[in-house]
Amino acid sequence: MNNKRINLLVDTVRMILIIAIAVALVFLIVFLTSKDPLNAIYSFFIGPFTSVRRIGNIVEAASPLMFTALAVIIIFRSGLFSMISEGSFFIGILGAMIIGISCPLPAVIHPIVAILVAGLCGAVVASIPAALKMKWDVSEVVTSIMLNYVVQFFAIYMVSYHFRETQSSSLASLLLRDTSKLSVLIKGTRVHSGIIIAFALCIICYIFLQHTRLGFKIRIVGDNAYFAKNIGINVRTIMFLAQIFAGFIAGVGGGAELLGMYTRFKWTATPGYGWTGIVVALLARRNPILVPLGALFIGYMNVGADIMSRSSDVSREVVYIIQGVMMLLIASESLLQDWRQSLIVKEAKKEEMQHLETGNEKEII
Amino acid sequence: MSSLLSYILSADFLYMWIRVATPILFPALGAVICERAGVVNLGLEGIMLISALFGVLGSYFFDGLIPGMLVGILASVVISCIFAYFHLVLHADNVLCGTAINTLASGLTVFLLELVTGEKGTSASVKSYSFPTVNLPYIQDIPVVGHILSGHNLLTYLAIVAVFLVWFFVYKTPVGLRIRAVGENPNAASSVGISVIKMRFLAIILCGVLAGFGGMYLSMGYLSMFTRDMTAGRGFIALAACAMGHATPVGAFLSALVFAFFDGLSNILQVLRMPAEFVQMLPYVATILGLTLFSIQQGMQKKHKNQS
Repeated sequence: MNNKRINLLVDTVRMILIIAIAVALVFLIVFLTSKDPLNAIYSFFIGPFTSVRRIGNIVEAASPLMFTALAVIIIFRSGLFSMISEGSFFIGILGAMIIGISCPLPAVIHPIVAILVAGLCGAVVASIPAALKMKWDVSEVVTSIMLNYVVQFFAIYMVSYHFRETQSSSLASLLLRDTSKLSVLIKGTRVHSGIIIAFALCIICYIFLQHTRLGFKIRIVGDNAYFAKNIGINVRTIMFLAQIFAGFIAGVGGGAELLGMYTRFKWTATPGYGWTGIVVALLARRNPILVPLGALFIGYMNVGADIMSRSSDVSREVVYIIQGVMMLLIASESLLQDWRQSLIVKEAKKEEMQHLETGNEKEII
Repeated sequence: MSSLLSYILSADFLYMWIRVATPILFPALGAVICERAGVVNLGLEGIMLISALFGVLGSYFFDGLIPGMLVGILASVVISCIFAYFHLVLHADNVLCGTAINTLASGLTVFLLELVTGEKGTSASVKSYSFPTVNLPYIQDIPVVGHILSGHNLLTYLAIVAVFLVWFFVYKTPVGLRIRAVGENPNAASSVGISVIKMRFLAIILCGVLAGFGGMYLSMGYLSMFTRDMTAGRGFIALAACAMGHATPVGAFLSALVFAFFDGLSNILQVLRMPAEFVQMLPYVATILGLTLFSIQQGMQKKHKNQS
């Protein structure tokens, strides 16, 4: 077993352990609080698989998370902790809504334009904390979170003052034009073509990070900014570009979500996909190609929680508790670190023994 | 516009200014202790939210203000210990750890709220206690000044006392000295036998107690009930206030007042014919601008140092 395989083994066991803890926690909470725990547990874990529509729900729930998780991954890989994907996603919804309502365009072109505008809006919002960081070294964590609130109020202002459906008593925008909608892929569900964009972006981001010059620079900057600076990479510019790119992806996600799932804008607060995207990004071990798996898992838990809250007395907020705990556990770098260390040491000793026995020095480099 | 100015200068506004500063000041003071120990506590938001709910539930279940307060403080200490354990012992990054705590707190509070009251929005249906308002003797009789300074919530006065307590603790006690040593240079501190983890653990717990009072002020003073996600970013604004105040108690106090000014302003601007959403943005925009100005000034200072 070489180090690579040891790491893979430890990481896999670690992930299984974390998911087991999460599942155990669901059991614990349900048995502590529910009057009919078995029914609740059944709805949570089995419920999402009982019909095609519900399996569709899992994919629908995973779709926005894939976009925000990709945005989070690109930002984190550049060594920053901007939380802007929440704001970029929401402004993306707004951008797509404006195009979807007010621009008469032919069928296929309409959603493409709307989603591109959504992406641009997301990039513009992400550029604010990015520029402040680049120019004056302002902490991106706090500014991005503050900006999320600003974006939320701005979007609600735009809807309620300029695009409001006056017939409706609650806050809702005018209807989107039919030409702007994304087509449904699977009959009987609401799985829309936005999911294709999401999968494509996972692959594009993977190639971008692993096989392009800019992606390579982003990774170097994130791994060791000091080293990057010394080999002549403009660290600040790279960080700036990474955030813009991430904002664009999150914005596209917002646009795809609106045009694929809704007929009008009805949010009164940001939906929180940016925050959940962090959990997905961590689950995927910051690797774009694993994002669909992480997103489907979190999507599954969300759908399970929804079904459980409808069919039993346990509320869906359980899922946020679980997500928080999972985030804590995945972020804990020392978890199982001792085991990994002892495996590596054991392996090294074995190799040394072999080396002594055979006396062949060429085998060991 | 002139009517706005006269309103800002009125005693009512100054009274409200102090009122809205309290829930920023408490966590900002907590952040000062943490920052001094070398920890940026991004879980403040969640810690405040947890104690805001547990204070209300505690006072409801045990039928009294003091038990409620104790439950609230206990809850914030427990959640702070979780943050500290994962951050310090299991080496989780503080941003991720803080975000996790905030996610957890947001979900847990709504979950428990529904479990107890059957509602997801507010705790209005259960009878909980609030901290009393205090009329300062003598001062309340002074015209204008009395109106501004007297009649605040007990916790508001406690917050102002806490500025001095934190100052005394950080600068004048042996433990405070050790905390500062750990923050300044952890290697040097541990070489003379100070446990870095213990000191940081202590700082995070003390920060939790202060943030806990901040949270309880929201649900048992500012309002008399818990509402979903009622902290509304105040934990992060407090972090900004701490940074702008150069992690000193008095600096944090002054910065908290600056941010609270915009919070207060957003309360009174609603009478003007301005979209409510823009008014609500104000505290957050002010925080971004404040942090930016602070960073520009920091950068200029650094440049200046390098030149001389």
